[in-house]
Amino acid sequence: MWKWLHPYAKADRAYQLCNTLLPYFAVVTVVCMIVGWVWGLAYAPADYQQKDSYRIIFIHVPSAILSMGAYSSMAIAAVIALVWQLRNAELAVIAIAPVGACVTAIALITGAAWGKPMWGAWWVWDARLTSELILLFLYLGVLSLYHAFEDKKAAGRAACILAIVGVINLPIIHFSVEWWNTLHQGATITKFDTKAIDPSMFWPLMVNIVAFAGFVGVVTLIRLKNEILQREKHRPWVRDMVERG
Amino acid sequence: MVKQHSYWQLFSAVFSKDLKLAFRQRAEIVNPILFFLIVITLFPLAIGPEPGLLARMAPGIIWVAALLSTMLGLDKLFRDDYHDGTLEQLIASSYPLPLTVLAKVAAHWVITGLPLVLMTPVFALLLNLESSALLATVLTLLLGTPLLSFIGAIGAGLTVGLQKGGILMSLLVLPLYIPVLIFATSAIDTSSMELAYSGQLAILGAMLIVAIIAAPIAISSALKVSVS
Amino acid sequence: MQLAGPNGAGKTSLLRIIAGFAMADEGDVLFQERSITKYYDEFAQELLFIGHKTGVNTQLTALENVAFWLKINGYDSKQDLYPILAKIGLVGLEDVPVRMLSAGQQRRVALVRLWLNSAKLWILDEPFTALDKSGVAFLQERFVEHLNAGGAILLTTHQDLTTHFSDLQTVTLEYRH
Repeated sequence: MWKWLHPYAKADRAYQLCNTLLPYFAVVTVVCMIVGWVWGLAYAPADYQQKDSYRIIFIHVPSAILSMGAYSSMAIAAVIALVWQLRNAELAVIAIAPVGACVTAIALITGAAWGKPMWGAWWVWDARLTSELILLFLYLGVLSLYHAFEDKKAAGRAACILAIVGVINLPIIHFSVEWWNTLHQGATITKFDTKAIDPSMFWPLMVNIVAFAGFVGVVTLIRLKNEILQREKHRPWVRDMVERG
Repeated sequence: MVKQHSYWQLFSAVFSKDLKLAFRQRAEIVNPILFFLIVITLFPLAIGPEPGLLARMAPGIIWVAALLSTMLGLDKLFRDDYHDGTLEQLIASSYPLPLTVLAKVAAHWVITGLPLVLMTPVFALLLNLESSALLATVLTLLLGTPLLSFIGAIGAGLTVGLQKGGILMSLLVLPLYIPVLIFATSAIDTSSMELAYSGQLAILGAMLIVAIIAAPIAISSALKVSVS
Repeated sequence: MQLAGPNGAGKTSLLRIIAGFAMADEGDVLFQERSITKYYDEFAQELLFIGHKTGVNTQLTALENVAFWLKINGYDSKQDLYPILAKIGLVGLEDVPVRMLSAGQQRRVALVRLWLNSAKLWILDEPFTALDKSGVAFLQERFVEHLNAGGAILLTTHQDLTTHFSDLQTVTLEYRH
């Protein structure tokens, strides 16, 4: 692990890695997003019950999946940062956090918008929505902790610790909320049938998930590049790069 | 000067120092209880004094109040030690820091959590809680308040070096309190229906064991970050 | 070894990095050829650190403070501490809460540790702050004892050392923005 990570401990190498990866992510994102949205929003058949309003799942489901995915990646980066003392991994944590928070917010907003026609209310205390809301709180906690520190070195490490504590708690929170929800299941919630989704809707959904993953990757990489440059702005390699144009 | 390692000596030194300080300024012990009492008084005033309704809401009220009142003491948990440099001395001591932290959290629980457990009958009376639920309330508080101290201490350790750490700490810690809240209130609810609630207690107990093992490590690394 | 330099040059920061509280941007601190981040417990055995913030609790008495410090470092706390407190000029003040003492006396409560430890390396940040002339001289006598016993001292001070130390080394940090 260390051997593999070691070269990227140097900021300039990590920066180059970002540059190499960025185009691939960008291409995947653009292609999948165009294909997925056109396919999902225009060509996929309408649901026999929900008509066209179900089409919000092509945004809601990918963002919900990515909200969890981004949190796990953030926590993995945090573990790497603390165990192997890699400052670049710390920066990755900071790069992912706002992106993850945005994706979570998108999942919440689209969930609420979907809930209105489905459940007749903008917000119901559905287990998954509640978990998602708590996830947003955890993201915001990491972000506000990071920004509360003046010393950015300490800030990065504090954010890493909180991310790890959060990821240990996340399954417990998720489980407890699921359990709480089945206990209190009110009459308002009518979950739509959970029978397997039709292939004509499944494939555009998959494409959209890949598109979202790519998009999160692109934004994170750009943010990571910025964070690296910001921290390393006094170092010679940054100056060289700027002078070379 | 000869050094002789005794983990018990360290634990008791840190534990008894915090207790001694708390008893010298009694406010530290009395204020959380008063706060808890006042919060509980506010609920009947806000939602109406109807006994059935109060009994129905009592578990939730008691636990939300417990969550908030443990937050009061948390802010002070490491603050004095941070400002007077004791924290540095504790880190530079050759004893493992997690053990020191364990002693401090234990003291925090004795100062803020234990009084709540002991006062439960009074709160139960005020909220018209059924007698069958009283035991459940005491047991959940007994298992749950140490958990709150452990989880909260992580937030306290992360924010102790910050100017306005108090509010931020609440933001970090309260979401992590949710499982405790859910299982504890559900245990009380179940007990008031005269059903078995040992499952919820077992989960709280399991979480407490995990917290005793894992939290001191997280708190120690948080404190090291704050001191640096 | 004395660390010198103007305010803001980074003396305290450097001391804190050497004591293992803060991490250096680059590089590592070695003690007896071992990295202190990896072997911190062993390093801590031989370290005595007294910083700007001395680690004295002002609610507790001088005696309680000293006893607490002994306990958290694994020293015998049941020994008779009165003679040592008397020696450092705290006679009659042993059982007064430290907040009632003057700044110089509070500093002495922290400095008692110099007579009560077996550490080889002392890291002291401005140890003479608030001390009177006799206190400064008394402290330097203790420094000589420690050095003769084979110990090392790393300190910062703005005062000139009045005692002559034969192998004093001074490292001066320059202020750089």
